[in-house]
Amino acid sequence: MTHGGGRLLVTGGRGLLGNAVIATAVAQGWKVVALQRHPSGLADNAAVTDVIGSITDEEVVERAITGCSAVIHLAARVGIEGRWRDFEDVNVRGTQVVLDAARGAGIESFVHISSPSVAHAGRALVGAEAEPADPRGVRGHYSRSKAMAEQIVLAPGDVPVVVLRPHLVWGPGDEQLVGRIVARARSGRLFVIDGGRALIDTTYIDNAAHAIVHAVDKTSSPLVRGRAFVISNGEPRPVRDIVGAIVQACGVSAVIRSVPFGPAFAAGAVGEWVGALSHREPLITRFLVEQLATAHWFDPRPTWDALEWRPVVSLDEGLRRLAAHSQS
Amino acid sequence: MTPARTPPNLPELRPDWSRIVFIRDGDGSDIGIHVLDAGPRDADLTVVCVHGNPTWSYLWRRVVASAPPSVRVLAVDQVGMGYSARSSFPRRLADRIDDLESVVEAAGVRGRVVLVAHDWGGPVALGVAERLFGRRDLDLAGVVLTNTAVHQPEHRGSPALIAAARLPLVLSAVTQRTRGFLRATTAISSMDRASARALRAPYAHARDRRAIMEFVADIPLAIDHPSRATLDGVAEGLPLLSNVPVLLIWGMRDPVFSPRYLDDLRRRLPHAQVQQFDDAGHLVLEDRPDAIEQMWQWLHKRIQKRIQGAPSPSSKVPESDSTQESNLVGKLDALKGSSAAAVTEPSNGSWRSVSWTLLDDRVRRITSGLQARGVKPGDRVALLVPPGADLLALVYALWSLGAVIVVVDAANGPRALWRSLRGARIDHVVAIKRARPIVAALRVPGVVVWSNELADLVATETGASASGSFSDDADAAIVFTSGATGPAKPVAYSRQRIAATRDVLLEHFAFTPSDVLVAAFAPWAVLGPLLGISSVIPQMDASRPGSLTAAALSTAMEQAGGTIMWMSPAALRSVLSGAEPNTQARERLKMAGSHLRLVMIAGAPVSGDLLRDVMDLWPQADVRTPYGMTEVLPATDVSAAEVLADSTDRGVLVGRALPGVDVAIAALGETGEPGADLETTPDVLGEVALRAQHAKSRYDGRAFVEDFASRNEGWHRTGDVGMLDDKGRLWIQGRLSHVITGPRGPLGPVPMEQQVERALVSDGVSGVLVAAVGVGPAGSQVPVVVCAPSTVGRSRSDLRLADAELVDRVRAVLPDVAAVLWRSAMPVDIRHGAKIDRQKLAQEAATFLEGRS
Repeated sequence: MTHGGGRLLVTGGRGLLGNAVIATAVAQGWKVVALQRHPSGLADNAAVTDVIGSITDEEVVERAITGCSAVIHLAARVGIEGRWRDFEDVNVRGTQVVLDAARGAGIESFVHISSPSVAHAGRALVGAEAEPADPRGVRGHYSRSKAMAEQIVLAPGDVPVVVLRPHLVWGPGDEQLVGRIVARARSGRLFVIDGGRALIDTTYIDNAAHAIVHAVDKTSSPLVRGRAFVISNGEPRPVRDIVGAIVQACGVSAVIRSVPFGPAFAAGAVGEWVGALSHREPLITRFLVEQLATAHWFDPRPTWDALEWRPVVSLDEGLRRLAAHSQS
Repeated sequence: MTPARTPPNLPELRPDWSRIVFIRDGDGSDIGIHVLDAGPRDADLTVVCVHGNPTWSYLWRRVVASAPPSVRVLAVDQVGMGYSARSSFPRRLADRIDDLESVVEAAGVRGRVVLVAHDWGGPVALGVAERLFGRRDLDLAGVVLTNTAVHQPEHRGSPALIAAARLPLVLSAVTQRTRGFLRATTAISSMDRASARALRAPYAHARDRRAIMEFVADIPLAIDHPSRATLDGVAEGLPLLSNVPVLLIWGMRDPVFSPRYLDDLRRRLPHAQVQQFDDAGHLVLEDRPDAIEQMWQWLHKRIQKRIQGAPSPSSKVPESDSTQESNLVGKLDALKGSSAAAVTEPSNGSWRSVSWTLLDDRVRRITSGLQARGVKPGDRVALLVPPGADLLALVYALWSLGAVIVVVDAANGPRALWRSLRGARIDHVVAIKRARPIVAALRVPGVVVWSNELADLVATETGASASGSFSDDADAAIVFTSGATGPAKPVAYSRQRIAATRDVLLEHFAFTPSDVLVAAFAPWAVLGPLLGISSVIPQMDASRPGSLTAAALSTAMEQAGGTIMWMSPAALRSVLSGAEPNTQARERLKMAGSHLRLVMIAGAPVSGDLLRDVMDLWPQADVRTPYGMTEVLPATDVSAAEVLADSTDRGVLVGRALPGVDVAIAALGETGEPGADLETTPDVLGEVALRAQHAKSRYDGRAFVEDFASRNEGWHRTGDVGMLDDKGRLWIQGRLSHVITGPRGPLGPVPMEQQVERALVSDGVSGVLVAAVGVGPAGSQVPVVVCAPSTVGRSRSDLRLADAELVDRVRAVLPDVAAVLWRSAMPVDIRHGAKIDRQKLAQEAATFLEGRS
């Protein structure tokens, strides 16, 4: 589908996913207004207009949204360190600001980007469905604030909203997942829990971007509006295989060590404590250990059926692209 | 007199079900009856439920809750029981029958009635059922009885527990003054505590329990008991029910109404269908609540059929071929003048042959000997005798006197053997001495004959056998499924269906009297005389096919020739592993088998390597891999050459249907459930269904299983999954329970396994077994491949992630596989040593891949 000249507001257009979403939207004919605190890096494209500012600033948001018919709300504070007040400000209040502006501007489609972590904490997810966000049941400031944001956008209202929860996005240029794995591999600190046997699903960056832009056209569907969907490749693999494949694609030779769950979990507690004292992101946290130790994969059918969408790049093809990128 | 009440709030009981109806008591006063009454009052069909002692209508709460909307359920608390009024005088069985009839009238029941009863509610319900035949306003549409009785077998005495409770002082102590009887009743079931408490709720005080005592006292144990005549009258009236569908649901672990009472009812209601649950006790519907839904389905089917005017409640395939000769000893009779060997077998370190003349003579003598010991036509005789001349003579002796042979696969161990036989209504046993503990535990009512006494049995020659005078529909054999793919199920074959099996084999494989069958597959060892061909039995442990050696097989064929061989893949693997190419053993085996014209390998999937090896060993033989199961044996057939020529990954090619056999497919839905309809469209994956004259008569004592497997009239649902190709050939892809149901639709495991095996072989990796299983909830499963060395090892649950090299090899052909796992040995069945327990693997893999749980 092409969108001859339609205007789309993308908040948080700077990161890996933001850039990919903007590129995908432009390729589909959208004119994109990119709102973030620093230049998106894509503004030399004639179809992209940068607006620099914070989503917590009502005036900036109203300026950016003027003339737009749709919103992709990506901007969020991420990470595991920091104060609750900061997460709440960006992720909860910021979302409210963008949603209010969307209502005022008569936006026809609002795609809110969230995370599977808003609904699940600790336990294994095996062919799971996207359950409702649960601010009280989840762990960490990020997940809790994002869960509250979901509740805000999914409350009954005039703006057609859909929530997408991409699961573990990675790809060429990714500093989060790929970057950390490679850094740990290089420094000889790459470990998995219990042999890395837990099945986890991931999302290749192009699939995430494609699904998000695709969803803009789907929010009017009664099967989609007001609902939350997990986005993933639908190709769960054991942690060991995923980590090994990424390391291999990036051309790093590394030994993946296995740590039993118990000691790793204890180390996570220590890590959090050290991190809190040193005001740096801890090397290991209990959340990370749990993520690595338990299965996390989802039933893709609700997403596929409702959004009428399928992943466009397989895991193996994604790994090939990652390898090609790291060799260039 | 305590008046009737409605029950307080109790779990699973809806207050709006309860009401009180009034009936006239013997003294002219009104007596209140508490009933659960649900569904439309003007329903055309009412199910009346009658509890026993010491329970009440609470027992039927799930029947009420699960009733179809158009059906009315009326569950009655008997007088003095539950929340009905306590009566002023003790009630006899005759009173209770009057009471129930009055309740049915007072509740305004019209039209068709189904009576459902438990325990001593059985005689009450049956008494009413028999009266309904004299009524115009009510039509008896069916009877369902659960753990009950209409008769006290004199020689057995009463149910032991009841007899104990009847000792004068014990009676009131156990039943009324204390809650012992009540507690014992709920304690022997698997009821949860809340339900058990609810069942005891109306009997809190001794005065509430008077009827419990009187109910026990009313059991007519003695001939002169006042209720004896009524009970006998009910029992004698049972032939009235011969055109009414009757279902007996039985918990076999009932210390009160033991399986003997089931046997008694079966004899009195020969047309009844039976569903026995080996793991359930006296309160069978509490132990097996799933039976309730199945009971509704059973009723639905039977009642629908009666409306459509079908005469009989049973679901027999219409027998089209009336010329079939069901004389099972006909061939034996025709050959009795022959001095040629009927069977050749190892005996004390050497070999002996039994001629047709001698076999016929032994059959006649054993027949008369067994008759003299009291074995009658229709009696069930368990045979715990290994394959050999003794077993052959026995089988044909029993068939010629019209008895039913009961055969169990011993491979699953003595416990499984005993469990199977315990529920099989055995009248007599013939056994080897080694089986003594099992025989003792079975406590058969008839005779026990030890196989070494068979010679002594031979009393006097009485002349011609009685064969030929039995009904074609009479049972000839109860054969248990191997249990390799689920719990062992008893399969009944009528005489006609055994004869049909014989005729299919004769027609398709063109056996002649000059053929010699090498019977290396235990079930076929008894077929020689049926087919009129000579058999030779190699030295082996019949319960372990892998015990057959190359030397033993060579010796057997050297003794007796051998033109036809039937064996299992496990036996063949064992033989070939002892006859490697370019060895003396191989040359000997080749020579010994030089007269083989037909080699049939059946029982489990056969690998291409094994087929190639056999074809190389005996190039003159036609090597075939027929497909079938205990329920239809065989169903399809294909040559090894054709199997090897076709290397598409559709599964295991099992070929075309045998003459008189139809094959169809019930397409699988998204979550792997087979559809209701059958089709023959090529390339549709689904459950395989078979229709054949020589298919089983039914599952014995498993009415629900039988209904389920036969839900397409005349067809047998196999539980196997596969597809037809455009040439009408059948391909098998695994069991229904092994289907992997991913978001892109259901997949059979076998084609995936074949692709991996092929890739490994072409990479030069040998000796690896491959299994594909699904992990995750139905419909969103991901495929997982488990590999293990093919060497036989002790199966341990020691999954780990496979080495990266193997993972890459598997992913190269199956990119969608989520994980590749390694196990030190594959869990396989004992019987065939080839059927991988994929369900076990799937569970293990799911747990493993969940990570920390």
